[in-house]
Amino acid sequence: MTTSTQLAYRHRPGPLHAIFLAGTVPLFLGALLSDIAYYQSYQIQWSNFAAWLIAGGLLFCGLALVFALINLIRAEHKGGRAVLYFLLLLVTWVLGLVNAFEHAKDAWAVMPTGLVMSVVVTVLSLVAAWIGLSNLRSGGVR
Amino acid sequence: MKYSGALTALSMALLLAGCGSEADSTQARGPDPKLPEAQRGLLPSMKIAEPVAWGDSKPTVPQGYTISAIATGLAIPRQTLVLPNGDILVAEGRGGSAAKLKPKDVIASYIKAQGNTQVKGGNRLTLLRDADGDGTYELKTVFAENLNAPYGLAYANGKLYVANQDALVRFDYTDGQTKASAAPTKLADLPSAINHHWTKSLAISDDARYLYVGIGSNSNVTERGMEVEIDRAMVWQIDAQTGAHKPYATGIRNPTALTIQPGTGQLWAVVNERDELGPDLVPDYLSSVREGQFYGWPYSYWGQNVDSRAQPQNPAKVAAAVKPDYSLGSHVAALGVDFSIPAMGEKFAQGAFVGEHGSWNRDNPVGYKVIFVPFAGDKPAGEPIDFATGFRGDDGKTRGRPVGVTVDPRGALIIADDLANTIWRVTPNR
Repeated sequence: MTTSTQLAYRHRPGPLHAIFLAGTVPLFLGALLSDIAYYQSYQIQWSNFAAWLIAGGLLFCGLALVFALINLIRAEHKGGRAVLYFLLLLVTWVLGLVNAFEHAKDAWAVMPTGLVMSVVVTVLSLVAAWIGLSNLRSGGVR
Repeated sequence: MKYSGALTALSMALLLAGCGSEADSTQARGPDPKLPEAQRGLLPSMKIAEPVAWGDSKPTVPQGYTISAIATGLAIPRQTLVLPNGDILVAEGRGGSAAKLKPKDVIASYIKAQGNTQVKGGNRLTLLRDADGDGTYELKTVFAENLNAPYGLAYANGKLYVANQDALVRFDYTDGQTKASAAPTKLADLPSAINHHWTKSLAISDDARYLYVGIGSNSNVTERGMEVEIDRAMVWQIDAQTGAHKPYATGIRNPTALTIQPGTGQLWAVVNERDELGPDLVPDYLSSVREGQFYGWPYSYWGQNVDSRAQPQNPAKVAAAVKPDYSLGSHVAALGVDFSIPAMGEKFAQGAFVGEHGSWNRDNPVGYKVIFVPFAGDKPAGEPIDFATGFRGDDGKTRGRPVGVTVDPRGALIIADDLANTIWRVTPNR
């Protein structure tokens, strides 16, 4: 029983890990909403907001990614959910970075690619956080 | 796509170059440039000057000409003016107060700063005098200080006009004066909020009735919002007596130098066009500035080539846009212009000199030299000729960056170099 508890612990995000992981979602979501506002209004400030929110999302996502990697390295069984979670988070971060560069273009050059990418990154971050955090409740690992 | 190793950037892997061939020969120059399709990679091409000192070297000038440094150790010299007695005034300073609105602004401004001087701008006018006419300017003295990023200079009838980044001011001047006798009088406020492009270029009409002030846009292409572009990207005509102004020509993205054509009295400008549309877009240009005309920015470039980055679009403005007279090539960053005179030598007698500060948004750097655009009649004709080169050496290092160019009636070209903080003087050998 002791072994199984330890294993489970290693796959669970700790509080800091969970904060970074969960925080990623509203940051990327905020960027998406800002993109929608810019798309509809041409008001450049929304695009500025989106760019900073993506930068924040990348920071949180990147820190969560470091935790996820460490957990993966320490896991005895490298497979299943832990790997899926790590890979999802990695893809989220990489596409988030591409989206940051997309948002570094001037004025309307951000559109429509930036908006589409914000949708993709937001959905990915939500799924990654869902999988990462649902380990908390499951209490064990297959 | 290929990587350029020229630059170390912050934590991100920057410097993904644009695509395709970028040889200098693809640069379309002249009255009717062939423009490629707009393009931009995930990251803009960036190749920033690597500054080094001139040491014993100098810019290269044509055979039969001599170049010498007549003043060094200045505090960011930009534009120069030759006074009636032959004294040279140098405007020194650096302006702008544009907030960094995006993460990109923070990163890009840091990178671009590496290619400029680290000296603090002088906010002053320095006077240079060669009393005995031997080509050595033995006197270097501060004519006026506590100005606000002075740039454009003009003189007529005992009045010296200076375009600060926020106001057009006037000094009284008598021949031989080496120091301003009083603080300047303000003639007119100039648009200065943000000042993304802060340089205010200046020219005065032959009859001294009107001053023309070039006011640059507040963004590359409206990325700071349309609202901040009111009274920007235009040339103002200002009444020299009353200070009253009106827009003289609009849609001119960044008119960095103005001059009056001898004989015709026509106003000409060199203009810096927009970035991040690829290595060969959009051409900077030399053009006559015709009253009431619209030159495209931000809706279109070189006539009716629509720039979709400016939204909402304005088809009526696009339709009204006129083409400039002469392409200098994209990204060369023309910052100085002056018409030549016969005393400059036969080959360079008829035409205009243009100072090119040099590119950042191009893998294969362009500019970094002074060129001569030959004229036939009243119009530019033929390919530009290199006049002063070697500012960017074959070793890839940059020793100087030309800004203002001024023709001295005695037969010399004065070049301000804001990287080496030097004033160069080129003369035909006699």
